[in-house]
Amino acid sequence: MNKIILKRSLNPTVTLFTFEAPLIAKKAEPGQFVILRPNSESERIPLTISDFDREAGTVTVIVQIVGATTAALNDIPEGGYICDVAGPLGRPTETEGLKKVAVVGGGVGCAIAYPVAKKLTKLGASVDFIVGFRNRELVFLEDEFRAASDNLVIMTDDGSYGEKGLVTDALKKLIESGAEYDEVIAIGPLIMMKFVCKLTEQYGIKTVVSMNPIMIDGTGMCGGCRLTVGGKMKFACVDGPDFNGHEVDFDEAMRRNTMYKEFEREKACRLLNTK
Amino acid sequence: MPNMSPKKNPMPSQEPDVRNKNFKEVALGYTEGQALDEAARCLNCKNRPCTQGCPVAIRIPDFIKETAAGNFEKAYEIISLSSSLPAVCGRVCPQESQCEKYCVRGIKGEPVGIGRLERFVADRHNSLPSENVQAPEKNGHKVAVIGSGPSGLTCAGDLAKKGYDVTVFEALHTPGGVLVYGSPEFRLPKDSVSKEVDGLKALDVKIETNVVIGKTLTVDELISQGFEAVFIGSGAGLPNFMNIPGEGLNGVYSANEFLTRINLMKAYRENSETPVMKAEKVAVVGGGNVAMDAARSAKRLGAKEVYIIYRRSEEELPARAEEVEHAKEEGIVFRLLTNPTAVLSDDGKTVSGIRCVEMTLGEPDASGRRRPIEKQGSEFEISLDCVIMAIGTSPNPLIKSTTSGLETTPKGGIVIDENGETSRENVYAGGDAVTGAATVILAMGAGKKAAESIDKKLQGQH
Repeated sequence: MNKIILKRSLNPTVTLFTFEAPLIAKKAEPGQFVILRPNSESERIPLTISDFDREAGTVTVIVQIVGATTAALNDIPEGGYICDVAGPLGRPTETEGLKKVAVVGGGVGCAIAYPVAKKLTKLGASVDFIVGFRNRELVFLEDEFRAASDNLVIMTDDGSYGEKGLVTDALKKLIESGAEYDEVIAIGPLIMMKFVCKLTEQYGIKTVVSMNPIMIDGTGMCGGCRLTVGGKMKFACVDGPDFNGHEVDFDEAMRRNTMYKEFEREKACRLLNTK
Repeated sequence: MPNMSPKKNPMPSQEPDVRNKNFKEVALGYTEGQALDEAARCLNCKNRPCTQGCPVAIRIPDFIKETAAGNFEKAYEIISLSSSLPAVCGRVCPQESQCEKYCVRGIKGEPVGIGRLERFVADRHNSLPSENVQAPEKNGHKVAVIGSGPSGLTCAGDLAKKGYDVTVFEALHTPGGVLVYGSPEFRLPKDSVSKEVDGLKALDVKIETNVVIGKTLTVDELISQGFEAVFIGSGAGLPNFMNIPGEGLNGVYSANEFLTRINLMKAYRENSETPVMKAEKVAVVGGGNVAMDAARSAKRLGAKEVYIIYRRSEEELPARAEEVEHAKEEGIVFRLLTNPTAVLSDDGKTVSGIRCVEMTLGEPDASGRRRPIEKQGSEFEISLDCVIMAIGTSPNPLIKSTTSGLETTPKGGIVIDENGETSRENVYAGGDAVTGAATVILAMGAGKKAAESIDKKLQGQH
């Protein structure tokens, strides 16, 4: 049981949770995730760690409330308890030797990209942080993002805030204007990561993506999170979640993520009917 | 006078055509009368061949003698001296190749139903209101056990009985390891597992769930926290795939994933939050007990056609004969001497079938079994919507990769000496983490042996 000590709504569908997890906080590194079960009937879901405080013994996740399990998490009030949290799982994002990096986040993925940007900045790297949201209403943690980078570029689909366009437009502009990145780190929807990779491939810039497949145990036991990377089968939970984006089979990953769409839809209907 | 009937008392079971539609336990267990009658078949031989066949050396004739006399609790005590999980073993041990294989009654008829009697005694005990078990006096030594599967629980139980302060670390949210995520409810009800775990808690064994050793904590940290010995019973975690085309398609599962969804996450229940595919036509690749569990589970979820695809012949099936029998009775179709070469898809997204080749058996290979050889030009296809790979697992690398100086074999198994000690002093290992996927009872035997060695070592230091 892990106590939620801070719960804050960041936009209409995204909520920040900070909970007590001293052992996880002690070990957590950017790029890693936890497996969490809101209550004793819930599914196990992976959530990337957005922040941690080793002294306070707390871990923060930022969650898009999209399905039954995230809704169950959102039903727990501040001061309430999460049934199970295990972690930190997966391999940390590699930051060694990076001097100039573009960190690209999309939607709730910005929250996952944030600790990586923060760490790189702290290590003295120059970080361009490009964040993309659908519209102004959905933008969150702007101050934190600004503090974690040298240059924050906010993109919105409708131009209601920052610049109008996609994150790939911003990235392309920066590259064309002469930014020489050692690496691009992209975290967000699969389709966004796929197009970031297509872009950076043209310029020959190494690109790391954080994959978020369906997972159960998070320790390598079930193989449900398998991906094809460089033609080989990889398990996101133990081999990742970070992979060389130019080697990832995104189409397969997108397909696999729709495996339970029907079930999720029925479950959502059931939830609506009972409420 | 012993009961000289050449046949075992049959196990009362749900009818095949009823049970293949529900997840309730198949074998219902002996009644008291059947247990008394079966126990009377034991000749109580002087040289006790059955005991030699038991990896944890239960004093079999002694417990059966008490059973025959109606002293069921006494019988339970005798079993408990050697086994921490009798209700589990009575159900899942391959008795036919262990204790019962050596039973003298088996020479001219059927052996005594030792497993069935063990189960009866354990279930009867577990159905009684739990008495206040007195935890033994502590001896001041702390031991950490990694993994709460059969080897870990056995090691923990044996050490706790000797007065050790034992903490078990489990990565998942429920203790039991493969007994809860792997074995289906119809073969091993989860209640039996949780009762055995409660028994350990009554001995003051602490169980920390949601702690992934190698991630949340490392073996070295456990030692620096004051654990004088560590037992690694982390199991064989990683599922193997065949590396054939189409394994990334929607509708292809590892048996681990399929069974974990059903067993640990209760996806068989109507209102489960965890989904599992309810397919019409399912093929399970592999011939072990896990393959049988997956096939029988798929059938119970409503599949009309379920195939077992296995590349050797019936004789080489690694599953217990009883499991194979049960599967056949329930309508599982065996496609033997058959090997898949590709998982097929009509739409490029979901499974639509499997392409296989027929096999013949050649000379015995390194495993002593006859090597399957492809029959040229024998390709054929089966139309399906789900494929489950049950072709074994490899040891989980999480602990190996985070414990300096821990020697492993090229296949990833932890190397141990004859006492169960690893290349790291005071770090022991056993079960599937050492051997690769094997049986519950072998893992229990390894946990037991490690407990003995740990006790000797720590007492010697004293």
